[in-house]
Amino acid sequence: MKGIGEPQFTYDKDTGDKEMVHPGNKEYSEGDLIKKPKGGGGGGSGQGKGSNDPSVTEDEFTVSISREEFLDYFFADLELPDLVKKHLNSLVDFKQKRAGYSNYGNPSRLNVTRSYKNSMARRMAVGLFFDKKIKEIEEKLKTETDSVVIDTLQKELDKLKKMKLSVSFMEEVDLQYNNFEKVSVPVTSAVMFCIMDVSGSMGEQEKDISKRFFMLLYMFLTKQYEKIEMVFVRHHTSAKEVSEDEFFNSKESGGTVVVTALELMAKIIRERYSDGWNIYAAQASDGDVWDYSDASDCYKILDSDILSKVQYMIYIEICRSREGDLWEKYSILKNKHKNFEIGRINGVGDIWKVFQDFFKKKTA
Amino acid sequence: MEMDKEKIKAMFSNSEWNHETIEVANEIIEKIATEWLGLSIYPNQFEITTSEQMLDAYSLIGLPISYNHWKFGKDFVMNQNNYKKGRMGLAYELVINSNPCISYNMEDNTTCLMTLVLAHAAMGHNHFFKNNYLFKQWTQADAIVDYMVFARDFIHKCEEKYGFEEVEQVLDACHALMNYGVDKYKKPRRISASEENERLKKRLEDDRILLNDLWRTVPKDLKEEMKVKRFPESPEENILYFIEKNSPTLRGWQREIVRIVRKTAQYFYPQGQTKVINEGCATHTHYEIMNKMYEEGYLAEDFMLEFYHHHSNVVFQPSFDSQFYSGLNPYTLGFNIFQDLKRMSLNPTKEDLEWFPKIAGKGDWIEQFRYIVENFKDETFVLQYLSPKVIRDMKLFSIDDKSENSYYEVSAIHNENGYKKVRKALSEHYNRSRYVPDIQVYSVDVFGDRTITLEYTPEKGKGLDYNELKKVVPYVEFLWGFPVKMTENGKELHTTKKAI
Repeated sequence: MKGIGEPQFTYDKDTGDKEMVHPGNKEYSEGDLIKKPKGGGGGGSGQGKGSNDPSVTEDEFTVSISREEFLDYFFADLELPDLVKKHLNSLVDFKQKRAGYSNYGNPSRLNVTRSYKNSMARRMAVGLFFDKKIKEIEEKLKTETDSVVIDTLQKELDKLKKMKLSVSFMEEVDLQYNNFEKVSVPVTSAVMFCIMDVSGSMGEQEKDISKRFFMLLYMFLTKQYEKIEMVFVRHHTSAKEVSEDEFFNSKESGGTVVVTALELMAKIIRERYSDGWNIYAAQASDGDVWDYSDASDCYKILDSDILSKVQYMIYIEICRSREGDLWEKYSILKNKHKNFEIGRINGVGDIWKVFQDFFKKKTA
Repeated sequence: MEMDKEKIKAMFSNSEWNHETIEVANEIIEKIATEWLGLSIYPNQFEITTSEQMLDAYSLIGLPISYNHWKFGKDFVMNQNNYKKGRMGLAYELVINSNPCISYNMEDNTTCLMTLVLAHAAMGHNHFFKNNYLFKQWTQADAIVDYMVFARDFIHKCEEKYGFEEVEQVLDACHALMNYGVDKYKKPRRISASEENERLKKRLEDDRILLNDLWRTVPKDLKEEMKVKRFPESPEENILYFIEKNSPTLRGWQREIVRIVRKTAQYFYPQGQTKVINEGCATHTHYEIMNKMYEEGYLAEDFMLEFYHHHSNVVFQPSFDSQFYSGLNPYTLGFNIFQDLKRMSLNPTKEDLEWFPKIAGKGDWIEQFRYIVENFKDETFVLQYLSPKVIRDMKLFSIDDKSENSYYEVSAIHNENGYKKVRKALSEHYNRSRYVPDIQVYSVDVFGDRTITLEYTPEKGKGLDYNELKKVVPYVEFLWGFPVKMTENGKELHTTKKAI
């Protein structure tokens, strides 16, 4: 990536003979020797803003960017693998959008500036009309000699002047209201399942890695969807839907039966997210299963039920050196379903790499 | 003056200013500047700015407009950060070498500051820009704004046509070589085609007249025959110029961009070499004008107190051992030299008569001031006019820093023995080669792989910063289109990979 350095041909500061002139000598005489400060250069060579040393100094450089900008850069080369979103337009919401001005409306939406402009324009226009008439009569009055005519003209003039004064400040026609229109917006709604194994074999480090991975996934999804619901499922021998806080912090622990979590997930999908939802799921585990049949059950429920309903599901296995039953079964699933991916994380440093692999932009 | 002086005094003593204040101040100041000091200035254009606009102007380093490049944004953010954190104050003004002479003035300046700034920038700097020989020779104040408008539009069009990244690449490369985009001496005029034809004809004619068959019998030196004429014939120090004219690969629009950066660099070339004398000129001018205004009864005492406060801030010079020290303050140095010349012109001492016989006691300090401003740059100004008294007053001393020694040696202080040495050392300080290494286009392998060789001639045993060099060379290669070789005294420093 390109940096923001501006390289130039410059001297190597540690070489060559330099002669410098400084002000404010107090005690030095010609021929005095002054020890150089340790660590080479510097030594009051007079750099910085306002110095007369024209060589460039490196300044501290920070720019603040918004969260959105940060995420944009952070996830710049990643995308959701399956961009055909389910039921994109199935849910429709309405949004109020500005749509110019209207002559009718609710007093609370009165646009004062515009109304005042109209009023001013109207008053000026009408005023001009009267001014013209008044001027005409005044001209006539100057030359008129017949007292009867003068009288009528004078009356006319008074009438016009009165009328001019009676032009009202605001009229119905002046009033302008901000106009809003209802615009329909398609709603894409997404839900993310976080499934974590909290059995005894999962230590603090493993949980920490899972947590980081879930965070990353959550941030990535929020970039794609305005609103996203989270469902946290934790399991040991039995699965339970929990709050976010509990999910990450609870100490409860026990043996491992993985399929319970998937069963719970399938149930939650059926009950709450069966219609019009984009479902994402991430499962983190150390790969331990109760026995081989547990792994087979997991395979079955994913294959027959869950994977047909979710957009994308990720399985990550943490700190596992040998391939267990679950990994073996999931490997088969991976080849069968396009929306299922598995990955292995051995340490915090791997998280980003694995994450990138999942979401790398696939060039056609 | 139509207004009576008491009224003007009251007006200036009110720290809130309005347009009338500025107009009155400008009228009085310009009268004093032109009639008394004999300054000759471009018409002035004042812009009142907010701090945001000032930061903006800062990052364009003294141009009212410029082309788009991220570097300016970077400078802006950097200045803004420093300013927000209170690490850096903003100047009261910023002035541009253009005709009309544009100066930016901060809107929250007091009346006193506005007046000071008028005298300083709109008179002092303005006069300097218009009359100094370097500026006259190398910048066109009338054309710069128009040229920058052209540059901005041209680069904008290129961005649309060829893409932002393409344009940025060229600009980045040119900026890395900006210091090597200036002519220090006027190039000889190109001879026209017809002149060239004339010359050739004449030479053929000479050959015909001088033809002597006998010469053909002389055996030829084969070696001499094989020797190819070097290209360029003599080394070229304006690297960007050389690239613009000779790069085998650059496309037309890219050449034009090289030219734009080169022209911009040339425009700034005099500024880098006239900091002390330019600021000295402006500071001296505002000081003299303010005092003259006070003498003539336009200014009240309270105004002068505020003025002295600001003035002493401007010429504040911390000692070398102070925590605020960041080098010699060019305002102070320039101002002190000019003030001392005035002093010796009016009240010379024996020493002055000896050192400056043409100035001391002659009483023509105003004419001398104008002469110096017109004909000197920092290097020569200091060498010629830094007087023993200024060296004593500022307690200047010079230090020898040899890289092989573990100590600095005080080579001269402010005594009879040291004046000339200090003066010489300080003058050297303002030599451009002190911060721009001497690197020139040495040769091009015309019949081989077109490698361009850049030769560095070391000064006082200084080497090049190799890390920076490695980053700059790829830019040269990008512009040249073929391999680049860097040498120091003929010894190879760095070569880019040969094209296969």
